[in-house]
Formats: sequence, structure tokens, C-alpha cells
Amino acid sequence: MSLLSSRNRKVLVDPLSKSNPVIILVLGICSALAVTAKLEPALVMSISVIVVVAFSNVIVSLLRNTIPARIRIIVQLVVVATLVTIVNEVLKAFAYDVSKQLSVFVGLIITNCILMGRLEAFALGNKPWPAFIDGIGNGLGYGIILVIVGFFRELLGSGTLFDYQIIPSSFYEAGYENNGLMILPPMALIVVACIIWVHRIMNKDLQEDNN
Amino acid sequence: MNREGNTYTIVYAAVMVIIVAVLLAFTAESLKSRQNQNAEIDKKTQLLRSIRISSNADNADNLYNQNITDSYLVNTNGERVDGDAFAVDQEFDKEMRKPMEERTLPVYEASVEGSKKYILPLYGSGLWGPIWGYVALDEDKSTIYGATFGHKGETPGLGAEIDTKWFQEEFYDKKISRDGKFTSVAVLKAGQTRTDMDYVDGISGGTITSQGVDEMLKHSLEQYKAFLGLQ
Repeated sequence: MSLLSSRNRKVLVDPLSKSNPVIILVLGICSALAVTAKLEPALVMSISVIVVVAFSNVIVSLLRNTIPARIRIIVQLVVVATLVTIVNEVLKAFAYDVSKQLSVFVGLIITNCILMGRLEAFALGNKPWPAFIDGIGNGLGYGIILVIVGFFRELLGSGTLFDYQIIPSSFYEAGYENNGLMILPPMALIVVACIIWVHRIMNKDLQEDNN
Repeated sequence: MNREGNTYTIVYAAVMVIIVAVLLAFTAESLKSRQNQNAEIDKKTQLLRSIRISSNADNADNLYNQNITDSYLVNTNGERVDGDAFAVDQEFDKEMRKPMEERTLPVYEASVEGSKKYILPLYGSGLWGPIWGYVALDEDKSTIYGATFGHKGETPGLGAEIDTKWFQEEFYDKKISRDGKFTSVAVLKAGQTRTDMDYVDGISGGTITSQGVDEMLKHSLEQYKAFLGLQ
């Protein structure tokens, strides 16, 4: 048995495009808006979410046959909250600068709907290995969108990428100005909307029938 | 066994909570000393930045010992009191909430190229959360030699710019007093001017954070008036 059977490959690749958590399922929008003013926090946030969603998927999948149905949401929340707290503590001990930068956002991973969505929809009904792959896939799908949004917002809003100046100073002398609006939260939603637009033009089968 | 029964559910929840509690307590305890060490080094890095020395996690301890010559606590009458300045400084926010006359205020002395500097901590609030910093004064106890600011979660690209070099360099050589009277340094909207005190330009788009820095300088430094020999 290969590690990535065709079904598992589908589980991994689908969330990147056809069932992307942000642009198709519209989950995790709040954090897409909060951490994407610069590229670096967007990237670190993506990695943290990938780790948390993958491991909480595995844990819930291992427990799936023991969890009483009536308190399953509470159990899922406890698993996620425990993992997030541990990630936060480890960051504080071993990557202090990063943890300072992310501050409250790490804690907010708990409230990211993608996590609960995947635990409910996938981990409760599947074995640990596919659940792990599903977590990685959805984390990546979320991360890609965050990085794209962060790229455009930092480039157009601050003229930098990873804090390195990209737009040459000759542009500024010629009258170019950074678009301050890009840094404000509403532009994150507009950028996400533009991504959805382009994505649906490329995938005609995703377009809703309006008749 | 009946997985939907009340007994099973209650036992399940209880066991889960105990396991999680043990796990979290263990993680927190075993990482605590490392985390405290990180926080301490972070403070030292900031202190050093206020006297224009850049340091990293590896050399902060050494540079701190080389450059900071003395640290002590004063009360709001400017008299020295007993206590560990660094320990009070790490919880300066708590100190700032006490009534004025009970506060003990940390002062650091540093020697930069033979001249004495006084470093004073700052604490205030920005738009989303606390902001803090240090101001280093020259021997005349009025001219700012250097300043550094930090924040918990100001908007990146806007308010968060207070921790960048260009903003902090604006404070160099500004005076916090005029004719022996305490004035603080104002943070104004770019383009505005003031004649009765020194000022720097705030951050465009980061108005509330800029005002927070302005307030923080005023309130934090005011407590040191007696120590600085100002009215």
C-alpha cells in the first residue's frame, strides 16, 4: 500500500483549489483579514495552522470511536485549545521574537472555523492517516490564500516584501505613493474577493447557475 | 459498553480534563525558566537599544553588563529606595497602577563613551493594547540621547511603526524640559508645529498609537520630575 493512494491524494490536493477552505467554503476569513497586512506574520500563521489542524485531526481521529456524541464538540474544542496552548508555550520558549509578533493571533487559531469544520466533517469519520493528510491539505489551502493576500497587501500597502524595500525609491520621487488603504482590514476582503473571481473564471464548473 | 450513557459521558469528560490539565501544567512548568530567560533578554535588548546599541539574544547579557553601570529604584520624591530595579521594571505596568506616592520607579545608569546616561522606562496604551519603551537622557537630565518603543499588537504598517528605527531616531536630541520646567516631548500629526515644547512627527495612519506614545511620555516621565530636578 503506498502512502498516498489515489483517494488520499485527492484528500490532499482538493483543498488547495476545488474545495479550498477560504475561497470556496469561506471559512477562516477573520484571520485572513487580521494577519495579512504583512507577508511574514501571514506565513508564520499559515504554518501554525497547518500544524494545529493536522495534529488535532489525528488526535480526534484516534479518539473517534470513544467520543460520546453529545459532548463531541466540547472534546474537539479541548483538543484544539490544548494544542494551541502548547504551540504558544513552545514558541515563547524557543522562538520568542516570532511569538511576540504573532501575540494574540496564535490564541485565535482556536476560533478558526477551518479547524472545527475539518474535525466535524472529516476526522470523526476517518482513520488517522487520511485525517492527517486532510489536515495538511486544508492547512495548505488556507496558507496559500493568506500568503497571496499578504503578498499583495504588503507590496501595494508598504512597498516592501518581508520588510525588504521592493519598490525602488525612484518611483517615490516620480510621485508614486503607497496605498494606505491596503493595510486596513477591508482591503483584505476585497483582495480575497478578487482571488475568488479569478479562481472561478479559471474553473467554470464552480460558477453558480443564476437562472 | 453504552457510549451514549450519562455515566460514560461524565467519566469521559472528567478523565479528559485531568489528562489535559496534567499535560498543560507539565509543559508550562518545564518551559518556564526558558521563557523567563527570553523575557529578560528581551528587556535587556530594549534597554541597550535606547542607548543606541543593537544586540541580539546571544550578546545581550554581555553588552548589558558592560554598558549598564548601575540600576536602582527611586520614589516620586526623587529619593532612592531599596529594591531590585530590574524586577520592578519587568512588571512596570503593575507599578503604574499604584497610587502615585507608593510607586517605586526604576532608573538605569549607563556609560556611553565616557558620559553618563540615565535610562527611564515608559508604559502606556496604544490602539489595541499596551505600549512600552525606554528613554535615555544625557547627563543634563533633559536631552534625549535615544529612545525605543515596543507594542503588543498595534496595526502592522501603521501603529506598529513605533518600533522602527526612523520613528525612534526622531527623538534624538529633543529636550523634555524648558527652563527647568518639565514639558515632555509631543508627538504631533505631520505638518503641525508647537513652540512651547519639543516635538516629533507622528505616524500617518497611526494617529491613536501616536497619541498613545505622546501620553505615555508625558505620564511616565512626569513621575520622575523630582528625580530629574524639574518642576
